[in-house]
Amino acid sequence: MKKVIVLGATSAIAQATVRLLAARGAALYLVGRNAANLEAVARDATTRGAPKVEFRALDLNDCEAHASLVERAWQALGELDGAVLAHGVLGDQAESQRSWAATELVLRTNFLSAASLLTELANRFEAQKAGTLVVISSVAGDRGRQSNYVYGASKGALTVFLQGLRNRLAKSGVAVVTVKPGFVDTPMTAHVPKNKLFASPEQVARGLLKAADGRKNEVYVPGFWALIMLIIRSIPEPVFKRLKL
Amino acid sequence: MSTSDSWGRFPRVEQQARALVWRSDALPRVDGPVLPHGLGRSYGDSCLNGGGTVLLTAGLDRLIDFDPATGVVRCESGVSLDTLLRLAVPRGWFLPVTPGTKFVTVGGAIANDVHGKNHHRAGTFGRHVRRFELVRSDGSRRMCSPEENADWFGATIGGLGLTGLVTWAEVQLTPIRNPFVVQETVPFENLDGFMRVSAESEADHDFTMSWVDCLARGRKLGRGLFYRGNFAPTQFDRLPLARSHLSHGSGLAVPVDLPGFCLNRLSVSAFNFLYYHRERTKPSPRLVHYDPFFYPLDSVYGWNRIYGRRGFLQFQCVVPHATARDALKELLERSARGGLPSFLSVLKTFGDLPSPGWMSFPRPGYTLALDFANRGEKTWRLVEELDRVTREAGGAVYPAKDARMSPESFAAYFPQRERFSAYIDPAFSSSFWRRVNPASLPLPSLEGRQVSIP
Repeated sequence: MKKVIVLGATSAIAQATVRLLAARGAALYLVGRNAANLEAVARDATTRGAPKVEFRALDLNDCEAHASLVERAWQALGELDGAVLAHGVLGDQAESQRSWAATELVLRTNFLSAASLLTELANRFEAQKAGTLVVISSVAGDRGRQSNYVYGASKGALTVFLQGLRNRLAKSGVAVVTVKPGFVDTPMTAHVPKNKLFASPEQVARGLLKAADGRKNEVYVPGFWALIMLIIRSIPEPVFKRLKL
Repeated sequence: MSTSDSWGRFPRVEQQARALVWRSDALPRVDGPVLPHGLGRSYGDSCLNGGGTVLLTAGLDRLIDFDPATGVVRCESGVSLDTLLRLAVPRGWFLPVTPGTKFVTVGGAIANDVHGKNHHRAGTFGRHVRRFELVRSDGSRRMCSPEENADWFGATIGGLGLTGLVTWAEVQLTPIRNPFVVQETVPFENLDGFMRVSAESEADHDFTMSWVDCLARGRKLGRGLFYRGNFAPTQFDRLPLARSHLSHGSGLAVPVDLPGFCLNRLSVSAFNFLYYHRERTKPSPRLVHYDPFFYPLDSVYGWNRIYGRRGFLQFQCVVPHATARDALKELLERSARGGLPSFLSVLKTFGDLPSPGWMSFPRPGYTLALDFANRGEKTWRLVEELDRVTREAGGAVYPAKDARMSPESFAAYFPQRERFSAYIDPAFSSSFWRRVNPASLPLPSLEGRQVSIP
């Protein structure tokens, strides 16, 4: 990935990824909501060696704007050969249970906006028969649990969408990489007590880029989550529904 | 509230923590006093805020600008010196001043006005700070430099993080043409020997410091090894600067707290004896990569754990030339007598280049750093004795390495403290500040929050 659009570039995992990409000399187009924060990330990337960094402040929930956003990024960098989708919200399960508006916001941010962006990007990558789409999903999408099934559903839908997209784009030589982090120590999880399962954003970024370089399909970062989720997926539903997960 | 400690692991306090993420954000509103906290490498309680909140600056770690032509770097205050080295060394630049660990933040280097092996040539870190932004709890933001808001600049350098939050700073780096240092080791027999070698080394060497065998007594009191060096000239085209940031550390780590019996008079004696005789037989001069030359302890991750759970007390003082000889003798004699000898004792000459910081610690004379395993009452009494000797010699003790100095000593060491006090942000405080200024306690109830050592 040499010319990369990063969506949700001010998230902790995206920032760590941007640093690694910048050190490799990738040109970057950064998108996020807050212009001042985006500029801070952009200057950091430039100082670390990115030859070209452009940014645009935009609320990615505005799906109407996606086509022109991708067009602008294409123009700014000449073309694109990589995309990292990192925007998302954790939401509040209790709030989502009370309010459809809260549920819809999680689904819109984590799934609908991603699907819309991926539609634009996939069509262009398919046409040029090259490119790598890296998308941050979550282990929470592997099985619905009472503690966060709205977030889980949004990420589960994203994972299935990516499976289909990968299937479609395989013949065009476009890689679709699904990254499933477990717990990550970021501002998104600032209110959660930390334990040994938590990874740093840097750790996740390194795993993400390794998967992208290897054109992997679905990866868990850190890798031990593959085993944990294998166990969680294997619990029979009659048993699972009685568990407090 | 959670229990926290500093690099010396003493004292321990109960405090809250809030992470800072963006430099344009307003300071978080919390009850009680706040204190910026970087990588926590201060040894005592100057980076702690018992009963209050520390503002973690680790998230303010973005670079803003670097000009490879002039060597001026601008970055957020949570950027570590390690990050700056990785950026600068491959492009032919180095930190103008660096302490003995690269795991400190730029904000911490400003707040403590750190010094290095080149104090006689370059002065303190604060001399190389071109400007910074200071955010106060009233929401104001000030650009501070020697020309603009010069009073805030002078109060904040060495100001122990109490004048507000430094969000970003601009530092002038210094050019190098080689990541290797030509190092010479000169043994000296006693304190007079040290002073002689020091005086003759300063004219030709950018970097000087000495390790002292603090078990040597009598005529050998103060014997040790004098290290001096300069960056090597351009002659290693085959060792490109571009690869020079690679860490030369051993990758050792201290995985657990060592039990107390590992450190006793015998083991420390053996270590000091072996170190002295092994080091003096190494070839000299020799080429050493900058990493082990400047940061020998960084290669042993978590080295503070060798002192066990009770931690250790650092003591670093400076004494003026006039009284230095007697004062250093007494300090070394007392520390050799009074309990467990110091593992690592370091002597260095401070030059007379003034810092712009009002509360800066370095001043002309000799500086001695000692560390003592914490054995409770006995160790504290010893450190207070050393504090008294320093005060009587007209010297000063370094707040970044202190956990015990008395309010009277603090007042004697920092004559500008009253002028400085007017610039402290009313929402900012630290365990150290409340300890050395009992009269200024904003929250008297905080004193009880110090956690006792098990």
